[in-house]
Amino acid sequence: MSDSTPPNPSPRIRVAGTGGLVVEFGSVVDSRLNRLVMALDARFQEAAWPGVIETVPTYRSLLVVFDPLVADRRALAQELATLAADVPIDEEPATRRWHVPVAYGGNFGEDLDHVAALHGLDPGEVIRQHASVEYRVFMIGFAPGFAYLGGLTKALHTPRRLDPRQRIPAGSITVGGLQAAITSIEAPSGWHMLGRTPLRTFDLRRPDPFLFRPGDRVRFRPISEEEHARLSTLADMGVITADVEKLA
Amino acid sequence: MDGLALRLANRLVGNADVEACVEFALIGGSYEATDGSCRVAVTGGDFAVTVQGRSLGAYRAIDLAPGDRLVVGQARSGVYGYLAVAGGFDVEPVLGSRSVHLRSGIGGAALTSPVSLALRQTSLPAGTPLALHRQFWPASDGPVRVVWGPQDDLFTERGKADFLRGPYRTTLQSDRMGYRLEGPPIEHAGDFNIVSDGIVLGSIQVPGNQQPLVLLADRQSTGGYPKIATVIASDIRHLVQRGLQVPFRFETVSLDEADSILRVAKSAFNDLFSRIGPISASDLFVSERLLGLNLIDGFVRG
Repeated sequence: MSDSTPPNPSPRIRVAGTGGLVVEFGSVVDSRLNRLVMALDARFQEAAWPGVIETVPTYRSLLVVFDPLVADRRALAQELATLAADVPIDEEPATRRWHVPVAYGGNFGEDLDHVAALHGLDPGEVIRQHASVEYRVFMIGFAPGFAYLGGLTKALHTPRRLDPRQRIPAGSITVGGLQAAITSIEAPSGWHMLGRTPLRTFDLRRPDPFLFRPGDRVRFRPISEEEHARLSTLADMGVITADVEKLA
Repeated sequence: MDGLALRLANRLVGNADVEACVEFALIGGSYEATDGSCRVAVTGGDFAVTVQGRSLGAYRAIDLAPGDRLVVGQARSGVYGYLAVAGGFDVEPVLGSRSVHLRSGIGGAALTSPVSLALRQTSLPAGTPLALHRQFWPASDGPVRVVWGPQDDLFTERGKADFLRGPYRTTLQSDRMGYRLEGPPIEHAGDFNIVSDGIVLGSIQVPGNQQPLVLLADRQSTGGYPKIATVIASDIRHLVQRGLQVPFRFETVSLDEADSILRVAKSAFNDLFSRIGPISASDLFVSERLLGLNLIDGFVRG
C-alpha cells in the first residue's frame, strides 16, 4: 500500500442471530466501500474458516453465515476485524458496460406517474433522468440475478412503499430509497416500478446463469412497447437482449 | 422449513439426514407406488396417513407394495410435513441443491398436478421398518426466541417494547419466503430505508407499515428494511409449525443464552434420533389409542 492510500474505515461488527456476523463498513452507496467488501470477502474465503457456511457481500457490508456450534463467534469476529483493517482495496478491474432496453410507464412501470408526482416532475423527465446516467452494479442479491445498482440521481431518490407488494414482474426496473435495481424474477417488492426490461439477468439455460457481475456498468435505453414485445420473444429463445461494451 | 422433521423422516427410512424429501403444508396429497416397492415415512405435523384406506399415522416407516396408494391427509397439529423415501428421490441437483425455489423455478416446481417422481431404489430395503413413538414427536408449540439485531438500534425503545409485548399472528400472506405477522406496530427511530444488506434465516424485517416479516427458507439473500431481531435457529420450527393465525409472543435471549439453547437442542435432537427403533405391535396399539384420545380432545375444544 502506498503512503497516499487512506486507511480502511474500521468496521462495526453486528450480530445477525446465532449464526451470522455482519462486518459493516458504512451505511452509504460508495464504490470504494463496495470494493473493500469484495476484497475482504475474497481474503476471508481464502482462510476457509471451519464452520463457515457462506458469505454475502453487499453494497457496504459482508455477512458471514456460520454454524455456531463449530465456529467460535468471538474468534471469528476478531479475525474479520483484523483482515478488514489491512486488506488492500483492489483497483476497479476492467469491466463491461451493458445497454439495457427498458419500456417505461404504462403497464410496464405502473409507479412512474406516482414517482413523478412525488418529485414534482413530469413522467418524461423521470425517464430522461433515469436513462441519462451510468450505474454501477454493486451486488447481485435479493433473488437470483437481481442487480442492485448505485448511481441513481438524487432527484429520483424515493422512499420504499410502506406496504411491500406481494409480487412484481420479472424484469421490473425499480427505484427504492437511493438505490436502483433490475428485477430478475417475479418477487415481492417495496420498490417503485418505472419500467420493464425484456432482458433476462438470470437464465439457467446459460453456462453462467448470472449475467451481471459487481463492477459492471449499466445504462438504460428507452424502448417502445412493440420493441419490448419483439425483444421478449428473443429473450424467450435464450437471446441476451442487451448490448455490451468491454471497457479497457 | 422444519429441518428437524426432514432429518427424522430420512432417519426413519435409513437415509442420510439431508436427503431430499417432498415438503407439504397442511395437507400432504396422495401417492401411488407405480413401478415397484418402496419404504416411506411422513413426519412434521401430525398428519393423517393411510395406505389402501388403512390408517397408519406419521413418524413411522411404511412399506408400499406395487399399486399401493398412500394418502397424506390433513395435519391435526403442525403445518409442514415431509415425505421421505428410502434411497431418495432421483432428482438432479441444480446449482448444488435438490431443493425447489418456487419463485425462480430453480430445481423444478410445486407438485400441483399428477406427476411421476423417479426413485433411486424400487425395492424394499432390508430390516424391520422403524418408528418414533408418539411421546417423542417434536412439539410444534415451543417458544419463539430471538436475539436483538442486527439493526435494533434503528428502533425506538417503545418500538422494541411493543415488539416484545405482542402478541403477533401469522397472516395468510405467508409462505416459504417469509411469514408476514400482524400485531402491535413497531416504531422506527428514523428512516425505514437502509442500504440493502445480508439476511439470515430468521431475520425479522420491519418495513414502513411497522409490521414484522420473519424471513425463512426461501428468503431473499439481501434486503433494505431494518432488522430488529433474529429468531434463533432452534426455534424456527416453533414458528413455522404453529398454526396460522395462532397468537404468540417473541422472547428475547442473550447471545450466550441462545448458544446454550442451541447446544441443549442439539443434544435433545440426538436423544430423539436414538429413540427411533423397530416398530413393535405394542407401539402400534399405544399410538392408535393415543390418536383416538387426541381426536376426542380436539373435538371437545372445537
